[in-house]
Amino acid sequence: MAERLRDLLSIEDLTAQQIAFLLDEAKPFQEFQRYLLKKLATLRGKTVALAFFEASTRTRISFATAASRLGADTMNLQAESSSLKKGESLLDTARTLDAMKPDCIVMRHSCSGAADFVARHLDIPVINAGDGTHEHPTQALLDALTIRDRRGTIENLNVTIIGDILHSRVARSNLHLLGKFGCRFTLCGPPMWLPREFECLGKRVRRSSKIDDALEGADVVIVLRVQQERLHEPSLPLDEYILLYQLTPERLQIAGPDALVLHPGPMIRGLEIDPAVADGPQSCVLEQVTNGLAVRMALLFVMIATGSETDDARGSAHAAH
Amino acid sequence: MLLIKNGRVIDPSSGTDAKRNIWIDRGRVTRIAPAEGPEAPPNGEALDATGLVVAPGFIDLHCHLREPGGESSETIETGTRAAARGGFTAVCPMPNTRPVNDNASVTRAILERAAAVASTHVWPIGAASLGSRGESLAEIGAMQKAGIVAVSDDGRPIPSAKLLRQVMDYCRELDLPVIDHCEDTSLFAGAVMREGRQSVRLGLRGMPAAAESIAVGRDIQVTELTGCRFHVAHLSSQASLDLVRAGKKRGLRVSCEVTPHHFTLCDEDVVYDARFKMNPPLASKEDRAALIEGLADGTVDAIATDHAPHEAATKEVEFDLAPFGITGFETALALALELVRAGKLSLLRLVELFTTGPARVLGRKRSIAPGEPADLTVFSTDHLWTFEVNQSASRSGNTPFDGRKFRGAPMFTIVAGRIAYRRGE
Repeated sequence: MAERLRDLLSIEDLTAQQIAFLLDEAKPFQEFQRYLLKKLATLRGKTVALAFFEASTRTRISFATAASRLGADTMNLQAESSSLKKGESLLDTARTLDAMKPDCIVMRHSCSGAADFVARHLDIPVINAGDGTHEHPTQALLDALTIRDRRGTIENLNVTIIGDILHSRVARSNLHLLGKFGCRFTLCGPPMWLPREFECLGKRVRRSSKIDDALEGADVVIVLRVQQERLHEPSLPLDEYILLYQLTPERLQIAGPDALVLHPGPMIRGLEIDPAVADGPQSCVLEQVTNGLAVRMALLFVMIATGSETDDARGSAHAAH
Repeated sequence: MLLIKNGRVIDPSSGTDAKRNIWIDRGRVTRIAPAEGPEAPPNGEALDATGLVVAPGFIDLHCHLREPGGESSETIETGTRAAARGGFTAVCPMPNTRPVNDNASVTRAILERAAAVASTHVWPIGAASLGSRGESLAEIGAMQKAGIVAVSDDGRPIPSAKLLRQVMDYCRELDLPVIDHCEDTSLFAGAVMREGRQSVRLGLRGMPAAAESIAVGRDIQVTELTGCRFHVAHLSSQASLDLVRAGKKRGLRVSCEVTPHHFTLCDEDVVYDARFKMNPPLASKEDRAALIEGLADGTVDAIATDHAPHEAATKEVEFDLAPFGITGFETALALALELVRAGKLSLLRLVELFTTGPARVLGRKRSIAPGEPADLTVFSTDHLWTFEVNQSASRSGNTPFDGRKFRGAPMFTIVAGRIAYRRGE
C-alpha cells in the first residue's frame, strides 16, 4: 500500500504509485454504485466538512453523497451562507470549522492555493475540491478511472485537451496525472488561453491552435467548459469560439471511432460541444459522474478510515457483491 | 566624543580602502588618521572596528514607514529602529501614508515625529500628484521647503505621459528627482506574480515583464523631453535595465534602484505564501541575472529595500487577496553580501550601492571626511547569524527570509555621531 495521504492538495504532488493505488481502491466502490442499498457503515461516526467557498453543485453533491454512502456525517459550509460575507478571513472560517472536530475538510475555493494555505495552518486533512485555476485533483482521478475502464489502461495515450487551458484547473490536474503515466498531450484553444509555458508542465506536451490538427491521433479528447465570463476578458466573440473550437461529430471523426470524449461539466451544449457528440457513444460524460462518486468514496475512505476500519471497509465493499 | 578604531574604511567618494581611525565630535567627523595613530581620546568612547568595514552611512531610497495612518503595521519609531539595525542611517519613506504626504503639513508632521523618535534620519518623499490620484500636481514646492527629497506616487504609476511631463517640468526647476513606480496597469491587470512557467504551474495570474518596461520606456522619453532627473523605483527586468542603460548612454539623468529580494529570489521561489507576493513581483531567473549584472556594472545606482510592512493578519490570507510587499531593512546588507561572497559584486560596489549611489540620485554627496556629518555604517563581512523575524525591530514580520542563515551584518550604525544601533544590544 502506498504511503498514507495526509492531504490531497494537488495531483502534481502525488506519485504514479499513489495514483494507481487510489484508482485501485476506487474499483470496489464503482461496483458499489450499482447496489440496491447504497449505504456502508465504514465511516460511521466520522464527519466530513464540506467547505465550498465557490459555487459548486456537482462536486459538492458528489462529495456529500460519497461521505453519506460511507456512513459519515457531513457539515456544510457554502459561501452564500458563510461568515465570509461578513468579512471573516478564510483562516478564521477554517479554524472555526476545525474546532467542530470534523475528520477532514473538503475545500473548494476560487483562489489558487487556498487549500494549500489552509492545510499549512491546520492539522486536519484537507482535500482540495478545486482551487482557482490551479488544480482539481479528484476530477483528474475520476477522469483517469473513466479512461482506464474504457481503454483498459491510462498509459501512453494521446490526449487532446480543448478549450480555455490557461484558466483550467481540470487541464492542469489531468496534465499532471496522465503525464505521470506516459501520456502525450496536445493542448488546443485560442492562443491567449494557451501560453507557451504549458509545455513545461510535462515532458510530452505540445500546443496547437487548430482543432483539426489537435485531434489527429487522439485516444482521449477532454473538452473543457467555456466560462462565458472569461470570454469577455480577451473579448473573443462566442460565435468565433464555436466556429473554431467546438467539438463536432465531423471533427471527432478525425480522432477516430475509438477516441473517448470527456467533459468535466457543467457542459454547455452547442458551445464547446455539439449535442450529438455529448450524447454519442464516444461520450463518457455520465460515467465520469458515477466514477466521481467511486473516486471520492475511495479517497475519503483512504484518508480518514483508521487501520482496522480500513480492513472492515474493504471487507464490506467486497462482501456487498 | 567617539573614536572608531582600526576599521577598514571603504569610502567610494575618495576611493579609500584602508585601515583608519575616525574621530567624531558633535555629530561630525573631526579627524581621520592611519590606524597606528594615537589612542582613544579622553572622555570619549572607543569602538573597536578591527576586522570590520567602516562605510559612509547607508541610505535607503525606498521604504514605507506607514506613519501616519498605518501604525498597526509600522511606525516611524519602529521602522527606523529596524532600519538602524539594518545599517541604514537615512531612509526615504514613500508618501502613501494616510493621509498621503502630498502637502507641507503632512511632511512637517512626519519630520517632527522623526525628530522625536527616529533612530535614523528620515528624508520623506512627497507625492507627485494630489492624493497620489494621478490627476493634478501636489504642492511640491511647499513640500520641498518642508523637507522632501524627491517626489513619487509609489504604489501607483503616474498614469499619463501628460501628467508626468507636468511633474517633470516642475521638478526640473526645483531640482527634485521624480521617482516612478513603472507599470502599465492594463497589462498588469490583476496579476499577483510574474508571468511564466511558475505562474502557469500555480494557476496564479501573471504579469509579463513588459508591464514594467513599457512604462520605463515612456518615462525615459518624457525625461528626454523635459530634462528632469528621473529614477526608476524597484526595477525588476532586463528590458527595463536596458532602457536605463541606453538612457544613461544618451546622457539623460536617469537612475534606478534594485531591491534585495529581486536580486536574491526569482519567480520559481514563489509558493502559496503571501510573503512571496510583492509588486513588482519576483522576476525570472534570467532577469535576476541581468539585475545582478546591472548592480555590478554600474547601471543600477542603488540598492533600495522597498521595506513594506503589513500586519500579519492581512498577509495570512489567500495569495490573490494579500497586499503586495515585504519588509526588508534588516536583511538588505546581508543579502547583498551574498552577492559579494558569490563573486558577483565587489565590496566597493556594494558600499557604493548603499551610500554614494543613492546619495547621487538625491543630488547629495556621501563621504567620510573631516567636517562631514558623522553618519557611518560599520559592518562585518563574516559575522554568522540567523535572521529571526520574532527578533525584528519592525512591527511586521512579512518577509520570506525568516530563518535564513547569513554571513555578515551591521555591527554599529552611527547617526549624527550617536550610536543608533550596536549589534548584540
